[in-house]
Amino acid sequence: MQVSDRPDGVSRRNALRLGLGTVGALALPGLASVPGLAAETHAPVGTWPAGAQGDSVFIGITTPLTGPYSADGKDHQLGYELAIAEINAGGGTVAKWGLKGKGVLGKQIRYAITDTETKPNVAVQAQTRFISQNKAIMISGCVASSTAVALEELAQREKVLNMVGASGSNATTGQDCQRYAFRSQPSAYMVSKALVPVLVKQMGKALKVAYLTPDYTYGHSLFDSISGAGKADGWTVVSNQVVPLGTSDFSSALLNIANSGAQLFVNIAFGADAVASTKQAGQFGVLKKMKMTAPNISAFQAKEVGGGLMEGVYGTMDFWWTLEDKYPLAKDFVQAFHKKNNYYPRWDAHIGYAQTYVWALAVERANSFYPPDVIKALEASKSNPFDSTLGKVWYRAEDHQLVRPVPVLVGKVASAMKNPEDFYELVEVVPGEPLLPPPDMFGCHLGAYT
Amino acid sequence: MPSGALLIAQAFNGLALGTLLALVSSGLTIILGTLGVLNFAHGALFMLGAYVIFVIAGQTGSFVLGLVVGGVFMLLAGVFIERVVIRLFYARPAEDQILVTFGIAIVLIEAVRAIFGGASQHVDVPSWAEGVTQLGFLIYPTYRLALIGIIAVLLIALYIVLYRTSVGLVVRAGIEDARMVGILGINVHRAFLLVFAIGVLAAGLAGMLYAPIVSVNPDMGADFLIESFVVIVIGGLGSYPGAVVGGIIAGEIISITSAFNSAYSQVMLYAVMALLLVLRPQGLFGAEGRV
Repeated sequence: MQVSDRPDGVSRRNALRLGLGTVGALALPGLASVPGLAAETHAPVGTWPAGAQGDSVFIGITTPLTGPYSADGKDHQLGYELAIAEINAGGGTVAKWGLKGKGVLGKQIRYAITDTETKPNVAVQAQTRFISQNKAIMISGCVASSTAVALEELAQREKVLNMVGASGSNATTGQDCQRYAFRSQPSAYMVSKALVPVLVKQMGKALKVAYLTPDYTYGHSLFDSISGAGKADGWTVVSNQVVPLGTSDFSSALLNIANSGAQLFVNIAFGADAVASTKQAGQFGVLKKMKMTAPNISAFQAKEVGGGLMEGVYGTMDFWWTLEDKYPLAKDFVQAFHKKNNYYPRWDAHIGYAQTYVWALAVERANSFYPPDVIKALEASKSNPFDSTLGKVWYRAEDHQLVRPVPVLVGKVASAMKNPEDFYELVEVVPGEPLLPPPDMFGCHLGAYT
Repeated sequence: MPSGALLIAQAFNGLALGTLLALVSSGLTIILGTLGVLNFAHGALFMLGAYVIFVIAGQTGSFVLGLVVGGVFMLLAGVFIERVVIRLFYARPAEDQILVTFGIAIVLIEAVRAIFGGASQHVDVPSWAEGVTQLGFLIYPTYRLALIGIIAVLLIALYIVLYRTSVGLVVRAGIEDARMVGILGINVHRAFLLVFAIGVLAAGLAGMLYAPIVSVNPDMGADFLIESFVVIVIGGLGSYPGAVVGGIIAGEIISITSAFNSAYSQVMLYAVMALLLVLRPQGLFGAEGRV
């Protein structure tokens, strides 16, 4: 018995609906001979074949448009919308990704977006609706690991493919990994292994380090990963200030950090908390006493904290728009996004955009929407990597983590900015494979295909 | 064990934090104590204050002008909300009042999000309070030092208006028996209106003064609403001196606990609140059965 976020009633009603759907599909044997469905050899799985009939398929998207991550959530949405519009229209960029014609296997993509209010249960309810009513063939989207793991579990239970949205916790491809879920953002472990050597190069070994750690999985996951990665270079933890998620006033924690004698301040806080803690660190003189690093820089952080507080701050992001100089597909993405939305895409948009393309590619490689075949196509991508906005990328079959480079950035001084959104300089784009944890390190056991 | 110097520094920080909490809580307690309405829109009004100063100080470059114009704006907002909504709910059960103020909060938050978006906005520390001040035993942000003085003045001014003028008296008499007060020829509704507007002003001013410190976003009020509840439960529901003392006690608990282990500072705050609810349910300054 799996633990469910939903009230039992919803679950049961849904089970009934799915049951009826299956009966309906069985009653229409003629549909099984539609090309590309390969239904003649497979029993129905999840929303297949019902969701793959007709001339279009449906994608269910959930993203926080209200609540603490609403700015990221809006960016996320715009990324999905751009990718879907491009794929449906076909053309230059679509062909460069390696997709054929218009749509996916010739089918147009329909989609709907629901606001999750940054609450896992709301996201699960919305995706459950998309699965049962719209026969979603793929679900995607979130800006918090708590939502990510809840949707992963839903995907596995309903046997609907889930291209996980923004989620940095180790658990997403660790203890909470699922056969039906694939994550593209680098994990906390990968981020730490990419960032620490750069900091060692810049600041030296044997550093005294102070941490500001938000008190939930993501925060502890990053604290463990970074302090672990730094240990080999003689880093010591002189202070670890654990604060609740959603803290507004960090003054007492920052006083401790200011008095800790640290040379490096690792600010793990994310979103609005990162903005408040960075502003206050500036006001308390912490940023003059020591260097700050933000392992996962929030999408709009530099703009939000203002006053050049991110100058000289090291950190990583899933994607930064100046990667357009390095990867041709990134250039297409950044330019098209900027043209449509009048600002440079942040990494939430990138995740939505790239995930949609990679899914479409996997479907075309499988030549079917049949979920186990699509999953196998994604799992087999090591031998045939996807050419993407981050160069060649592939999913590790053992835990469904995308093996992709991790960009390490540093905040620019105002005078070096070429435009008002040119906040960061790329220090290094660290290749992904050496950053991976051993596949079983965080307890991943993928579930069944059917 | 933290050093003595750090403990002194944290005790001082607790005082600064406490005065801020006192101001934030005062608006909630003024409305609760005099009108008997538990205002769940308090956090949203705090947020509105922060956005008002973001707009005015951002446009004019003057923080002080922002405070003055923003203060007038918040008073008017208070008058509007009282006249259009709250007045209809004085005679309704407490749960109706909670629901309607909660609704006002949702409207305010989503209206601000629709206009400004969900990302944090930046409010500069006023130029006359930039940088840090060397206090000998610690280095402290100048703006936070200035806030202690500004808030002390505001809290005293609020106290005088509410408790040393006839307005407070009329309001409290009106709560007891509005009809009798009316028979005596006093317009009790006007006094209610004034008190509600002052409560909104206090919440707004707290938001304005906090804006340069915290992340200004549509959801910023939620944490402050909860902290305000804790403060007024400690101080005594509806007691104005209770909000001030409760705020400072809460600030000290958070700050001094964090000198030992910051993970426990919130836990300690709630533990003290729970203990107080057992030993003295009416809070430090609350009168039994008052609210």
